[in-house]
Amino acid sequence: MKVLVAVKRVIDYNVKIRVKPDHSDVDLTNVKMAMNPFCEIAVEEAVRLKEKGVATEVVAVTVGPKAAQEQLRTALALGADRAIHVQTDEAVESLAAAKLLAKVVEEEQPGLTILGKQAIDSDNNQVGQMLAALTGRPQGTFASAVEVDGGADDKSLKVTREIDGGLQTVALQLPAIVTTDLRLNEPRYAKLPDIMKAKKKPLDTKTPDELGVSVASGLKRIRVEPPAERQGGVKVGSVDELVDKLKNEAKVL
Amino acid sequence: MIDYHAPLRDMQFILDELAGLPDVAALPACEEASPDLVAAILEEAGKFATGVLAPTNRQGDLEGCRLEGERVIVPEGWQAAYDQFCESGWLGLSLPEEFGGQGLPKLVSTPVWEMWFSSNMAFTMLPQLNVGQAEALLIAASEDQKPTWLEKIVSGEWAATMNLTEPQAGSDLAATRMRAEPDPGGDYRLFGQKIYISYGEHELTPNIVHLVLARLPDAPEGVKGLSLFLVPKYRLEADGTPGEKNDVRCISIEHKMGIHGSPTCTLSFGDNDGAVGQLVGEPHQGLKTMFIMMNEARFGVGVQGLALGERAYQAALEHARERVQGRNVVSGETGLPILHHPDVKRMLVGMRARLLAMRTFLYTAAGWFDLARHHPDAEVADRHRRYVDLLMPVAKGWCTEIGNDLCDEAIQVFGGMGFVEETGVAQLFRDARIITIYEGTTGIQANDLLGRKILRENGETLRELIDDIRACARSVGKDDRLTELATSLDEMLDTLAATADWLLAQGKERTAALYGGAVPLLHLLGTVCGGWQLARAAQAAQRQLDADEGDADYLAGIIDLARFYMASVAPEAASHARAVRDGGNVLAQFPETRL
Repeated sequence: MKVLVAVKRVIDYNVKIRVKPDHSDVDLTNVKMAMNPFCEIAVEEAVRLKEKGVATEVVAVTVGPKAAQEQLRTALALGADRAIHVQTDEAVESLAAAKLLAKVVEEEQPGLTILGKQAIDSDNNQVGQMLAALTGRPQGTFASAVEVDGGADDKSLKVTREIDGGLQTVALQLPAIVTTDLRLNEPRYAKLPDIMKAKKKPLDTKTPDELGVSVASGLKRIRVEPPAERQGGVKVGSVDELVDKLKNEAKVL
Repeated sequence: MIDYHAPLRDMQFILDELAGLPDVAALPACEEASPDLVAAILEEAGKFATGVLAPTNRQGDLEGCRLEGERVIVPEGWQAAYDQFCESGWLGLSLPEEFGGQGLPKLVSTPVWEMWFSSNMAFTMLPQLNVGQAEALLIAASEDQKPTWLEKIVSGEWAATMNLTEPQAGSDLAATRMRAEPDPGGDYRLFGQKIYISYGEHELTPNIVHLVLARLPDAPEGVKGLSLFLVPKYRLEADGTPGEKNDVRCISIEHKMGIHGSPTCTLSFGDNDGAVGQLVGEPHQGLKTMFIMMNEARFGVGVQGLALGERAYQAALEHARERVQGRNVVSGETGLPILHHPDVKRMLVGMRARLLAMRTFLYTAAGWFDLARHHPDAEVADRHRRYVDLLMPVAKGWCTEIGNDLCDEAIQVFGGMGFVEETGVAQLFRDARIITIYEGTTGIQANDLLGRKILRENGETLRELIDDIRACARSVGKDDRLTELATSLDEMLDTLAATADWLLAQGKERTAALYGGAVPLLHLLGTVCGGWQLARAAQAAQRQLDADEGDADYLAGIIDLARFYMASVAPEAASHARAVRDGGNVLAQFPETRL
């Protein structure tokens, strides 16, 4: 079974986010970028499936600028066999990303597609679900465990999902779409020989035009604000005082 | 616990702009080192250092090592860290592909090893011993011996040690007594005791290979009678697998000031029938091999100075940004983090300036190793070899001394909390204290610099270096915005050149007086090299700024760091020079009985 795994280049999670002075966007100038942590988990899961003999090939795909090839090389160093780069300098929204990925799915026909549940830059949590809808494939989102049922046919998949108040296990017919939650696995560190081999693994580049998808934006971004600075806390003397503050100061009750 | 994050931006800036990565990558046998691959390697190594090695550092310090009978128990986290380190292939980074390594140039391995030392110095000494031994075997081992030993050493399947010191033979190896007697079977049997053997015994690997300096029965007296032997902890079966226990045992481990996670063993060889070993290289030529490796070994310890200083700086900076204390000395404002105090800021800016100076110096020198080894033009290769020879005592002596200073200063930034062990900076200070001692004390580095590297060749390479730095000052001075840097560098060079002239003009009868000033001379040359490298760094930063490349704020910071170094560190050159001349003179006349 072929596994397709989508990765996204995002601002490194260690970086303190700055907003551009004109409030048009987050400032990415000279900021360290990295693979989205949820995508790292997706890659790890795909590589583990290959190590278990369930997956025969792992293909990593990304949508983004030229520099996003760094993240594809990371995926290759972690164990993906080849990579597809849908290259665009445009800001790609969830639906456009899902449409592009749907085209790649159509071309590659993977038995399983794994994505991070969301990217830590825009935190939309949409692409996996949209991709499932566009391709008509069943989805198992927020996975904390993925189990491909035995048998030579590899026809179904059990996905344990993290939902409010507990875990839910769903059975999916393959081919399917899975999005990963934090606890699905702990991604490995790349090995030096694999980092070196990654350079030589095949990496195909395509454009949205070639895939026949428009990445034109349907949304207008009005203003980006940094979160309010945290104020110092106060100790309250009694429950009554707390209730009073919640009612009259915070106005949440 | 203090975190560690590899300073990737500084590393990358220095590699690309200053240490000549493009030149090194163009050398035959170094083609693999393309910029994107190097960036990927640094990135992944940084993750490994932060995620795997750094978290075990404090625990290793607290647990330390213990001796149970003849067994040595190392900190609990070591086994998993070591296995993962080896499985990830990091050990073989710079070692030949033929034996399972990746054969990358020293310029690439240097920042990576810096990360390992920063994240966990006591642990990293273990794989570092493998690299050192592999380098010795590559020089001296026979073609028959290489496959048997090297593959295991390069992969880390077996651990390695270096056995030089004996109770009466520390800095002076001529006093070595360890005996090696030919065995009828073709091997040798070794008898004697070695001390201060790092990782001399442990159970992390199925075998440990000791590289031992010993005397054959017909050996001449002194250092010309030393031979090298490979002595495994477990004797090898015919198929090369570990068999019965060899006649080597650990009889004690030291209680040390620092690097608690690294067991420092006394090994007893041949208490029964003799420790079976193989001769490596020609008889009586052991020290020659050690000398070939010496520059590499010294360089490695210099990198430890940089690495520990970097970790100390990171800790101090984080603390200074978080700790709220005192009032603004002018405005009286309170509630500010201590970084706003001018003196705390002075310490941190000074630390960062010296780190940038050391890192640029060491990475540039790493590039010299590669150019010396691989450059097709013999003359170019030779020039870099001579620079390596001249400056390795400085790389070792100066960078370890500055590394100690930085760890000390980090404690000062922490104040009382730095004196308390929980914050972790005290460990860095304790761990760093060994690095000015082992692999040749600062005094020995300074004697080597003065005697072998300057006086013996009548200052030839030193003058060549001064000319090179002078040319750099001229080039930097062409930019009006950097004139003050060039002027400071020129002043330091005048001081250095005058000191060199004076040294070389002294007669033989005054040599003792010169050696009394050897350590100040080493500091003088180190200070100049640091200024030289920072002037280059500022020039490169200015070039990028003018071309509108890179992060303007970061690049402006590089120029300011160079300025601060010239303002606060460079003036020390004059006092070092004074100590070389006048201090040495006073010392020579000072009777020891008056102490």
